[in-house]
Amino acid sequence: MTTANTPGTGANPSSERDSEPIKAIRLRHPWRMTFAVVLVIIFALFIIDAAGRQAYDWPTVGKYVFDRRITLAALTTLQLTVYSMIIAIILGVTLAIMRLSPNPVVKSVAWFYLWIFRGTPVYVQLVFWGLIAIIYQTIDIGIPFMEPWVSFDTKVALNTFTLAIIGLALNEAAYMAEIVRAGLLSVDRGQEEAATALGMGWFQTMRRVIVPQAMRIIIPPTGNEVISMLKTTSLVTAVPFSFDLYTRSRDISAETFNPIPLLIVASIWYLVFTSVLMIGQYFLEKRFARGVGDRRPDRKGDGGSAEVATGVAPAVGVDKPTVVLPPTTPDSGGH
Amino acid sequence: MTDVPMVLAEGVSKSFGSNQVLKSISLEVKRGEVMCLLGPSGSGKSTFLRCINHLEVLSAGRLSVDGELIGFREANGKLYEMHPKEAARQRRDIGMVFQRFNLFPHMTALENVMEAPVLVKGLPKAQVRKRALELLDRVGLAERADYYPAHLSGGQQQRVAIARALAMEPKLMLFDEPTSALDPELVGEVLDVMKGLARSGMTMIVVTHEMGFAREVADNLVFMDGGVVVESGDPREVLSNPKHERTKAFLSKVL
Repeated sequence: MTTANTPGTGANPSSERDSEPIKAIRLRHPWRMTFAVVLVIIFALFIIDAAGRQAYDWPTVGKYVFDRRITLAALTTLQLTVYSMIIAIILGVTLAIMRLSPNPVVKSVAWFYLWIFRGTPVYVQLVFWGLIAIIYQTIDIGIPFMEPWVSFDTKVALNTFTLAIIGLALNEAAYMAEIVRAGLLSVDRGQEEAATALGMGWFQTMRRVIVPQAMRIIIPPTGNEVISMLKTTSLVTAVPFSFDLYTRSRDISAETFNPIPLLIVASIWYLVFTSVLMIGQYFLEKRFARGVGDRRPDRKGDGGSAEVATGVAPAVGVDKPTVVLPPTTPDSGGH
Repeated sequence: MTDVPMVLAEGVSKSFGSNQVLKSISLEVKRGEVMCLLGPSGSGKSTFLRCINHLEVLSAGRLSVDGELIGFREANGKLYEMHPKEAARQRRDIGMVFQRFNLFPHMTALENVMEAPVLVKGLPKAQVRKRALELLDRVGLAERADYYPAHLSGGQQQRVAIARALAMEPKLMLFDEPTSALDPELVGEVLDVMKGLARSGMTMIVVTHEMGFAREVADNLVFMDGGVVVESGDPREVLSNPKHERTKAFLSKVL
């Protein structure tokens, strides 16, 4: 009914007969093949050599991969990662929104947090958290300078596992805040304006319009951070917390005087987890690509797809006018 | 009640730093009237439009919509800055359509139209959905309800944007160069929707370069340049018989 639907009808007479498909001889890439073969040979040699090498001690690797102490440690590492990452993401989103808030007080608080937690090494922070019970013997809740309502013994209230999570999460939140902020800033300003013009409040605009679009930018680096966190958990020995995967395998190898196979065992578990995380990231990215990827509409309108293909205009619309201009120039030139 | 103008601007000025973009604009739009704003880029017409729904804050003057002061509250002869919540409430009644459409890309056409009535007005989803489908039908896009903006042409996107603004049942519609980002062949479909809207009695302020539209639909045409109103009046009169030199020069280039 409108101009958008007509372009298909103005068929060009010359295009009635299909032209011959091109049958050219494909360009060969002999060096690609050569390199591939060389690499495969080198890799195969390495594997064969590693299989027989004494120091790797494969029987010990096999013995410890599913050792109960190791699998429990792997689970603990996973827990450390997941818990601290969940806290870090929630806190990071909050901090990022605070930094972009129009309120200067809130903004400064977020800036100060980032300055402290990004400005000192995570290892140092973990040691500090480990010493918290010495710095603050009790945790008091109440009005300052008055008798507290409740008082906890810090040592009892916060065990090393909790402290490790707090340490990892608070540090990571500072980095997550910057990732989230980058994502929020990447959303076109027109989106915020459109939402505002519809009468949506600042928070509604953030939640319904800005954050969902920012997710597409936020997810890839966040996946990176999760994987990085999985490995950073090996630093919790600084707290000192010693039931994570790396510290546990070090402890076992200290008993067996055979560190190499246990390093391989730990590496295998780390690799398994990162692989699983990477698959999860793939699906998350797909979920938030709604409306940008080449996804078909939810309910397919048969035969409508051809029109959609011709009607994808927003990007084209920008440069089209330059194409249309020429006919008008002779007009003004002849004037 | 009905003699209160829909938009009343008195000495509206706006500066960005030392750059004064609007210099004491005074004009009036009556209920049901269509006003077209015309002028070279940088003349302040878009800024003026954005002042009307408080996307920009005035530096001087007063602006009221339907008798209600925009962005400020007056009590005992003093002006008080409005809380963002109150400003948001005022914007509900003012629809705005942008040059770049600004549809929400992660929502389908239908979801775009439904978003604000559900979220802001808290209306039941089923009722909003029915109304949204009616609106999409009105702009000729009923079959496109489940498409994402990326799968719609520019003209279709802009029509969805108009439906989205109408879903809030505004008493005033602002159009900021609604056809400037469109392929020439898609301009007509958007203008047709706007003409229909004008015929239905909607009060509209349209920043545009479409002279044909202004001539046919507008009750009033305002030519702006350098932040001031140079000339205004009946569009046929202003377009065919401009009195001011600046208007003549501009029209000779555009027509």
